[in-house]
Amino acid sequence: MGLIQLGRQEKDGAPDVITMSVEKAVNWARKGSLWPMTFGLACCAIEMIAAVSSRYDMDRYGAGVFRASPRQSDLMIVAGTVCRRMAPVIRKIYDQMPEPKYVIAMGSCATSGNIYDSYSVVQGVDRFVPVDIYVPGCPPTPEALFDGILKLQERIMQKRVFVKQPEQVKAGFKA
Amino acid sequence: MAFEDQRTTVYKVDPTHPESESLPTLRTEELLLNMGPQHPSTHGVLKVILELEGERLVKSTPVMGFLHRGVEKLAEDGTYHQFIPHTDRLDYVCAMYNNFAYCRAVEKLMNITVPERAEYLRTIVAEVQRIIGHQFWLGTQALDIGAMTVFFYCFRDREILLDWFDELCGARLTTSWYRIGGVERDFTPSLLAKLKQFLEYFPPKIDEYIVFLEKNRIWLARTKGVAVVSAEDAVNFGLSGPTLRGSGVDYDLRKAEPYSAYPKCEFNVPLGKNGDTYDRYWIRVMELYESVKIVRQCLEQMQEGPIMADVPSVTLPPKERVFTNLESMIQQFKLFSQGFNAPPGEIYCGTEAHKGELGFYIVSTGGGKPYRLKIRAPSFIHMGAFDHMSRGYMIADAITLFGTYDIVMGECDR
Amino acid sequence: MQENFSDGFVKAVEWRGDLAVTITRDKLHEAAQFLHDDPAMDFDYIVHVSSVDWPDDEERFEVVYEFYSIRKRHRIRLKTRVPESDCWVDSLTDIWKGADFMEREVYDMMGIRFRHHPDLRRILMPDDYAEGYPLRKDFPLRGKGWRDTFEFLDETAR
Repeated sequence: MGLIQLGRQEKDGAPDVITMSVEKAVNWARKGSLWPMTFGLACCAIEMIAAVSSRYDMDRYGAGVFRASPRQSDLMIVAGTVCRRMAPVIRKIYDQMPEPKYVIAMGSCATSGNIYDSYSVVQGVDRFVPVDIYVPGCPPTPEALFDGILKLQERIMQKRVFVKQPEQVKAGFKA
Repeated sequence: MAFEDQRTTVYKVDPTHPESESLPTLRTEELLLNMGPQHPSTHGVLKVILELEGERLVKSTPVMGFLHRGVEKLAEDGTYHQFIPHTDRLDYVCAMYNNFAYCRAVEKLMNITVPERAEYLRTIVAEVQRIIGHQFWLGTQALDIGAMTVFFYCFRDREILLDWFDELCGARLTTSWYRIGGVERDFTPSLLAKLKQFLEYFPPKIDEYIVFLEKNRIWLARTKGVAVVSAEDAVNFGLSGPTLRGSGVDYDLRKAEPYSAYPKCEFNVPLGKNGDTYDRYWIRVMELYESVKIVRQCLEQMQEGPIMADVPSVTLPPKERVFTNLESMIQQFKLFSQGFNAPPGEIYCGTEAHKGELGFYIVSTGGGKPYRLKIRAPSFIHMGAFDHMSRGYMIADAITLFGTYDIVMGECDR
Repeated sequence: MQENFSDGFVKAVEWRGDLAVTITRDKLHEAAQFLHDDPAMDFDYIVHVSSVDWPDDEERFEVVYEFYSIRKRHRIRLKTRVPESDCWVDSLTDIWKGADFMEREVYDMMGIRFRHHPDLRRILMPDDYAEGYPLRKDFPLRGKGWRDTFEFLDETAR
């Protein structure tokens, strides 16, 4: 257990001290500053942009800094229909992201292919990329996306940080 | 795809130069740069392979198909009614207009006349959608060029209209409010009041957007004289919409082949002069004013009446009756599962969507499912002119080009 | 138009206000040139190029062109039939530059080759797509398994 002393305003003379485990502190930092990567593919991208705009402000959850480069981001929001032609690109970019990384499958197309049961649409992005949170909707409203991000934040808080991940988890999802 | 060949230019040093003996010859090569399918410019999954000489574009090859969903093949698998949600997702920024274009095409095929009130409702909603679409365009174009403030202002006003859509039909973005033969439901008094309030609120906002950009030196430098296309070339490539009118060609389907309630409204079609990005921007902003005018006139002229054509074998019954009346339920079930009997033949119907001419070419052999449904998507055709328009400009102008063409990949790739 | 191309002319149909003229394949380019250049016709705007598959007919594919005249404000649809065994048509990119991408799409989706096209490659499907031509009637809607195979996954090391 670690002790973290934060110099807060002294109200009644006694210094305030927050005690928490280092793990919790790390998780708190991670969830509070999720940096998503711009990965809008189709219509859900428009709702993602609306989620970042003035009315629904994603920045207040810490997730407002959209990075274009995968090397500097830790959240990939796959928003839109995943076509088979785009699949190697998505996988490459996922691999380029440093750990810890999270994936949100936004919208019904990324979750399961939606109404596009055709020759060129992958029926869900989880066929080749491990997904943490699925946000259904066509397109999901920005509020639904926030619900997904908040659930992801809860999940991050529960993760073990200093424990070695078992081999199966490390190897990732193979369809 | 093989792009191995790189052209090399060898520059010889001027022999009269005093040090020409010792200076080496300068070799320059053309650089192939891949602007991949994932990039920050929000226009979707488009890959462009740029051949550069220094920073100037020599040739650009767009590579599309990263969002090809097989919509034309899916159309052959379902009935005409079932295709309406697919049309939403073509040009997902302006969903209502795609619905409108499709419903018009099917009504032409079936020879159905839409009642007058429905025509007015359709026109009002179509023009409101045009306002939404142009605001989205302006926001993202400004964002690409670097003017972030305009982006936030446009999206703020867009949200008001998206709430209005939410109240009208339940969805913000991919609405499916149009039906074959009319519209799904009528305006409520609250919707009318909100719309009238918006029409008072909005024109000063357009003035605000213009104020940000009109005299901004950076905006003018990045848009004036960039991506010029001549009128002849524009027509030859098949460009349409503001991209064509920017070059001065007066072709607007709302005036050339008037449909719906447009003949009863008075509005202007702004035309550009030089065919550059600035003209196209200016046309779209002026179209915002014109859309407000059209909506106002339609609201004044609209009378009470039915909102769906009375052709029971084709049009859907009202939803309230479906849940209470057995006949209506059977009619709805039959129309969705088997479809209506379309006459054999083929039609083409074009509509002035906010990006250009959106057309549907439908071939029917009788029966409930279309035999072939071809979507004439303006974004796809504009991509054909991308190479021609981009020659000689800088890399940064390639981003401006995406914006000025107003490309949406959902429509381009279908 | 009938008088100018009486030997290539097959039929003309007018339905729901649209005029569709069917012409034989070898006269197609000439007819299109005439439609573009003749001052009375003046079709300067190409609307779309598409194709229809009639698997039961001997001349299986139908290539459809639609033209519009901005100045004269009239439309015409020009159609031609192509058999499967000898699947080519003359390209119209020298008359209308916009036909370039549209013909590539027809090639990609139906497999009809366009002679003298500057760059006939697949446009919407990847260049190495080997399953066939998607919009043909004998091609299954769900494809032939390409959408579910992810060979790139074996190359990634985690």
